Amino acid sequence: MANLSIKYLGAEFKNPTVLASGVTGVTAATWRSVVNSGAGGITTKSIWLNEHKGHKNPTIITTEHWMMNAVGLPDAGLEKAQQEIDEYNKTKPAPLIASVAGGTMDEFVAIAEKMKDLPIDILEINISCPNVEGEFGLPFACVAKDARKVVEEVKKVSGKKPVIVKLSPNVTDIKEIANACAEGGVDGFCLINTLGPGLYINIETRIPVLANKVGGISGPAIKPLAVKMVHDVYKATKLPIIGTGGITTGRDAIEIMMAGATLVGIGSAVYYRGLDVFRKVANEMNEWCDLNGVKDLSEIIGTVKM
Amino acid sequence: MENKTELPIVLEIKKVVEEAENTKTFYFDHTLNSKPGQFVMLWLPGVDEIPISVSFDDGEQFALTVFARGEASNQICGLKEGDKIGIRGPYGTMFNYAEGENLVLVGGGYGAAPLRFLANEAVKKNCKIDFMMAAKTKNKLLFVDELREMKNVTVYIATSDGSEGFKGHINETLEKVLKEKKINKIMTCGPELLMKAVGEIGDKANVQTQISIERYMKCGFGVCGQCVMDPLGIRTCVSGPVMNSKVLNMLEEFGKYRRDAEGRKQYFNK
Repeated sequence: MANLSIKYLGAEFKNPTVLASGVTGVTAATWRSVVNSGAGGITTKSIWLNEHKGHKNPTIITTEHWMMNAVGLPDAGLEKAQQEIDEYNKTKPAPLIASVAGGTMDEFVAIAEKMKDLPIDILEINISCPNVEGEFGLPFACVAKDARKVVEEVKKVSGKKPVIVKLSPNVTDIKEIANACAEGGVDGFCLINTLGPGLYINIETRIPVLANKVGGISGPAIKPLAVKMVHDVYKATKLPIIGTGGITTGRDAIEIMMAGATLVGIGSAVYYRGLDVFRKVANEMNEWCDLNGVKDLSEIIGTVKM
Repeated sequence: MENKTELPIVLEIKKVVEEAENTKTFYFDHTLNSKPGQFVMLWLPGVDEIPISVSFDDGEQFALTVFARGEASNQICGLKEGDKIGIRGPYGTMFNYAEGENLVLVGGGYGAAPLRFLANEAVKKNCKIDFMMAAKTKNKLLFVDELREMKNVTVYIATSDGSEGFKGHINETLEKVLKEKKINKIMTCGPELLMKAVGEIGDKANVQTQISIERYMKCGFGVCGQCVMDPLGIRTCVSGPVMNSKVLNMLEEFGKYRRDAEGRKQYFNK
């Protein structure tokens, strides 16, 4: 029985699996049920200061290789988020990472400031959603100086809460973006957000199925890219990383940790293996550790021999 | 890994039947392999995608009954034979019963749609059915003639305005039948407050009650998190829509509120 517990930016996770933002994370009851399904921690669906409407359906389609979504970050705003966070905090079974989103620099700063006093462990700045580009333009995570600026401004108002940035894979050089965030004072990273956007056309009607036409790609197909980018960011910054993108099995989770991730985000795999994918992945990691003589899982972080 | 795919397939509408005011049934020549209580996501290309329960499936053909109440359902109800729509699914849980059981089905308004499919299947398994239908008025009753012609099906009707059947609440009919007959199971689909009352009557009479829940959905396969119920975070699309009243009694939001597209609580009007 290996020790799977991991400390990340001051919070204790019983195992490295974390619910990725955007998958099932709408209510406190769901966060709790995901922890009951074995997750070491929770990331909320992105929280906005004010109500934000998502896209119309269809919003999510899937094949055995990939999932594509354009849900469009729907959220009722701060008041609802506060109620859910307070509700979760009554019995808080695992650390809570609050993902926040905004359309402008000011909106990010405003929501981050509100989060400062709430009972959350880590603040995740979602500056990389590809599904609100039509509304707000190129995400901040795609321009180094914008990424740095948003981190700097958020850090000024976020008090003692650790701040991590959700990075986009849709960039020429993710190291450049990560370094800019590091210079801005970020405490860690979560990567990768969805790839693309991509396009899926129903050939009988010649119409894209997603109402938003294009959507971010996740799922097993994007895992090699996630592993590579996690390694790039780990090498470039040495800051602690939540590695996510197509992680479906314990072997996948071990692999992305070897690339440099401290925690492992799981999202689309809720579809591929059910809600208890968290328990399955943690059990599989434990078995691998036992077979390979690893006593403490944290030993493997960043140990890939490149 | 299991070969899983959730993409719509496009089907041509083979037949359209006007069932009642603002309610139409669309038939498709396609083997859906659905069970009573399950639903599909119906895609109207370029407009929207909505969950619709299956109202008929004989293995070769299936049907969806759509009540025009929103933008998408209104546009769907304007479709004609030969028009094309997309389908994903079937999804969700089904009504459960055994050979030869005595079943009470309680349908409120367009909630009668999945119960019509259930009645068709259950009579094949030698079940005896008391089909109770509630609607505001006569024009909103579905499948009445068809159900009356079925062997082993007894139809009871209650309308709020008394334009057909009993004037008043269908619950009174339900309580009466439960006293007079040995009933094995109650199955209900309709407005949530009606179903809550049916569940309470079933619990009191110690008769297993299966309830079909409606919640706002995006994906239909357990990922989007929109259809969850408090306080257990149960996902209606995979743990429902059909749930036992004993489970729903643990879900404090049942009969009180549901979540909208932004996750906000929307309370039912009492």
